[in-house]
Amino acid sequence: MTVASLTRRWAAIPRIPGALILFWLLLAVIGPLLAPFAPGEVVSRTVFAPISAHHILGTDYLGRDVLTRLLCGTSSTVLLCAAATLLACTGGVFLGMIAALKQGVTDTLLSRFMDGVISIPSLLSALVAVAAFGSSVPVLVLAMSLIYMPGSYRTSRMLALSVARRDFVLAARMRGEKAGYIVLREILPNMTGPVMADVGLRFIYSVRLLSNLSFLGVGLQPPMTDLGSLTRENLLGLVYGAPAVIAPALTIAVLTVGLNLALDSNRREPG
Amino acid sequence: MTMNAALIRAILRIIGASLVSLVFVTIAVFFITAVLPGDVADALLGQAATPDAVAALRHSLNLDKPVLVRFVIWVNGLLHGDFGVSLISRRPVLAMASERLIHSLLLAGVTALFAVPVALVLGTASAIFRNTLFDRAVSLLTLCVVSVPEFLVATLAVFIFSVQLHLLPSLASISDIHSIGSFLASFSMPVTTLACVIVGQMSRMTRAVMIDALGSSWVEMAVLKGASPAHIILRHVIPNVIAPLFNVIALSLSYLLGGVVIVESVFHYPGIASLMVDSVAARDIPLVQICALIFCAAYLFLTTLADIVALLSSQRRHAA
Repeated sequence: MTVASLTRRWAAIPRIPGALILFWLLLAVIGPLLAPFAPGEVVSRTVFAPISAHHILGTDYLGRDVLTRLLCGTSSTVLLCAAATLLACTGGVFLGMIAALKQGVTDTLLSRFMDGVISIPSLLSALVAVAAFGSSVPVLVLAMSLIYMPGSYRTSRMLALSVARRDFVLAARMRGEKAGYIVLREILPNMTGPVMADVGLRFIYSVRLLSNLSFLGVGLQPPMTDLGSLTRENLLGLVYGAPAVIAPALTIAVLTVGLNLALDSNRREPG
Repeated sequence: MTMNAALIRAILRIIGASLVSLVFVTIAVFFITAVLPGDVADALLGQAATPDAVAALRHSLNLDKPVLVRFVIWVNGLLHGDFGVSLISRRPVLAMASERLIHSLLLAGVTALFAVPVALVLGTASAIFRNTLFDRAVSLLTLCVVSVPEFLVATLAVFIFSVQLHLLPSLASISDIHSIGSFLASFSMPVTTLACVIVGQMSRMTRAVMIDALGSSWVEMAVLKGASPAHIILRHVIPNVIAPLFNVIALSLSYLLGGVVIVESVFHYPGIASLMVDSVAARDIPLVQICALIFCAAYLFLTTLADIVALLSSQRRHAA
């Protein structure tokens, strides 16, 4: 792979959304290391304490440090959803490209299966999966990746179909290149931009789904915590306007709305 | 005549595809929920149970039979209207689900009655006043609503209307309803929240449909011919957007199902969605199965309706 092709591929990635996701991933990795206290430690006798110098975001319903818990919660939300998105989109993109290239029976079978999965509302599939397998981290990640694979599959199949009709792909097929080569070297590099935008969308969807599940009490289980369960456990603090409930709620909003705004402005000015 | 026959065949194909999906969903729901939990009997009886008691319960739940046999028994039951009994309350799940379903349908119906006109007006206005401050503000607001998880909208609504303004009670309780006033008060929070979620989705789609129609060649033609704006709207825009708008409505109502789950749980509304969440937490598998099937059937019904309307509208356009 030449330097020129690498830079071209890099340029195709939506700039601002990419930077945003990178920021959240960094925060997810570094955040818990910066936390001033241990996440489960009760550090104050005041519950729902307001903002102070000692506890920058106050304390929660048990008197634990909110900033610490927020950093840990953000970390699990971002990392779990990133893992689920990565799995969903890797599977979706490759199956989509294979379906577009092979067509015929492979395409029909894959598309029918994906249609079946997509015909179940996402929250519902997640609830059924949790009812059956419990709500451990692997179950949540696998369930989310299965739920969002069909969407990624549909998008990439359409993109791959339009790329597959172009001359250089036809030429590669004439040359007798193998399917693996065509998919990886000819089709994939030419749909990087739109695929990346799609990855961003799936990431937002999975953050919404995981937060909803945890808010309902059937997502991530204590002692682990994410942004949804933080909002749930401190809901009573709403009456006092405590930062314990406002901080995680606001973080979810900034994460999802910010990323969606970035993707939206990118859609409007392509290139 | 051949045109109509082709159309009917296309509609039948859509209905057939969604029936296949329904079968797929039924099979998926059964196998996901029934393959693994051989430990349901242990879970129900607790750790103190004797092996004999566990074996007896496993036998009465058919858990000692092979999965495929259980599947046949289950499907046979479904076809005869027997959906099994709750593992916890031992009541027939069909009765439990159907009394809750009525409450959910009431909630969804009232919400749709509110949300659909608001969303249509908002979306149309945004399309007409495209790229003005009004359009930008509406776009930003609806983008926020569709981006965040539904529970955030619900939490914000509780904060504003119940905590800050003391306007509305935060709990919806069907049994407390004695007068029209209390009906409105206990119903308004779930409906408001759900309506916010739906209006966000729907006005964005409506805006897209209207912009598409306003930019179409026949509208351009009418403008060039010097037709009045009223004439353009009535004769050229409205006839061409009715079908796509019905499509938007059907799709939005299918989104409503996801919102219903959250809203019913947040406000303790005794509908089928909160029944499902409770049964998931308790791992009451037969109850989870029937709730999931009812939800999927409703969702498939709405998406199929949307597909058929979309097909009819594309037919209309070709004919025009």
